[in-house]
Amino acid sequence: MNDEATRAYSYFPGCSVTATNRAYDISTRSVAGALGVELAELDDWNCCGATAYLPIREKRSFVLSARNLAIAEKQGRELATICNACYVVLRKTNKHLAEDPKLHEEVCQALAAGGMDYGGTVRVRHFLDIVVNDLGEEAIRSHVTRDLSGLKVACYSGCQLSRPFDDLDDPEYPELMGRLIGWLGAEAVPFPMSAKCCGGLAMTTRPEIGQTLTGKILKVAKQAGADCVTTCCPLCQINLEGYQGAVGAAIGADCSIPVLYFTQLMGSAFGLGQKELALKDSLTPVKALLAEKVGT
Amino acid sequence: MTTAKAEELSRELLENVYELPHGEKINECIQCGTCSASCPSIAAMEYGPREIVASLRAGMLDRVLNSNTVWLCVSCYSCTIRCPAGIPFADVMYELKRLEVEKGLSKDSEGATMAKAFVETVDDHGRSVETKLLRKYFLRTNPFKALPQVPLAMKLFFRGRLEIFGRKIKGLENLHKMLAAIEENETK
Repeated sequence: MNDEATRAYSYFPGCSVTATNRAYDISTRSVAGALGVELAELDDWNCCGATAYLPIREKRSFVLSARNLAIAEKQGRELATICNACYVVLRKTNKHLAEDPKLHEEVCQALAAGGMDYGGTVRVRHFLDIVVNDLGEEAIRSHVTRDLSGLKVACYSGCQLSRPFDDLDDPEYPELMGRLIGWLGAEAVPFPMSAKCCGGLAMTTRPEIGQTLTGKILKVAKQAGADCVTTCCPLCQINLEGYQGAVGAAIGADCSIPVLYFTQLMGSAFGLGQKELALKDSLTPVKALLAEKVGT
Repeated sequence: MTTAKAEELSRELLENVYELPHGEKINECIQCGTCSASCPSIAAMEYGPREIVASLRAGMLDRVLNSNTVWLCVSCYSCTIRCPAGIPFADVMYELKRLEVEKGLSKDSEGATMAKAFVETVDDHGRSVETKLLRKYFLRTNPFKALPQVPLAMKLFFRGRLEIFGRKIKGLENLHKMLAAIEENETK
């Protein structure tokens, strides 16, 4: 379905990267540009429904996702996402529609009310998957211009990159991001918390749960000797970077560690500038770390 | 709650679960407890996943739905991926959440309030707008609990990361037509 010559994908940014986590969107586009990957943003995309719409109105949430998939189907390319929740919800919609023809028909009837249709052919991909599996080691290594050796990274994949769909990465011990970090020249430290939950929305609704879960991740990252944590999901990122003081106090451990998107570290290795990677958005000392270790 | 009501809840839940891909696997639960051992929020739950299935079989689902349990599920899918019987338990949790809201049994649940505020925000804009979502959520729960969020909000604000006025998608009217059309079929 992809155009091999230009490596073009449809692109679904997702709501949270339009403002709070825009650094993820900005750095993704910059990295894609450097790699010669075209990301064509879906025209007038809407919220995928995320994990919070589904438990209130399931079928409406399938319609929300299906509208995006319908727009992507017209472009005839695979659909790249950068948010783990969008990735799961869009894939889940595909799966439910494929396994339940009656539901597919109902959803298509609903789409028709707004002048759209969805045949069910769009393959949903996480950008991390595209970078590692479509581009591969040689292409990534050939773009590295800065020396990342000596930088120790705790790769945090989060829940939904490899669960419930376990065909992309190991659901217990993910290794996709670690491979990429190695190609960039940095060292991925053994990090058993990579696929443990950060608490997601519980950081807001039940802070005592969210703080404990996020705290364990940050604490172990420090114990593992990491200089920083890399993420591939905007909600994980804000939980890990935004509450380190409160989290540290809650679990009685030092939880201060720079947290950045894997795309920011990629861009850094590729020689991209601070602005192209939106490093000033960071809530943790990412700029200082990269200035010291990489020279960004 | 009467026994008849509990049975009705079980029946409704199972009807919905059987419609899920692999939903019928719920009958193959061997009560091994792998789900409960894998759950990151079980410490705060009154009933863990294994107890939920046991309650369902015992005709006592009303206890689960009247407790703090189901909205503590954080959708990490650890139970689902590890279940030796192949039960998609995170999806069963979604069904339980919907049933609880539908029956009006989750009035005090922060998770349910958040999810409802999320649905309203997305319906209004076609997208999620975090500032609007959080304002709705804290006004409906406890506005004072928003205070610990203020330092983070200020940091985000000074970095230009807060979206104060949510933009609406261009096709919002058509999206509303689509949502209304699916609603005509049924309310699930």
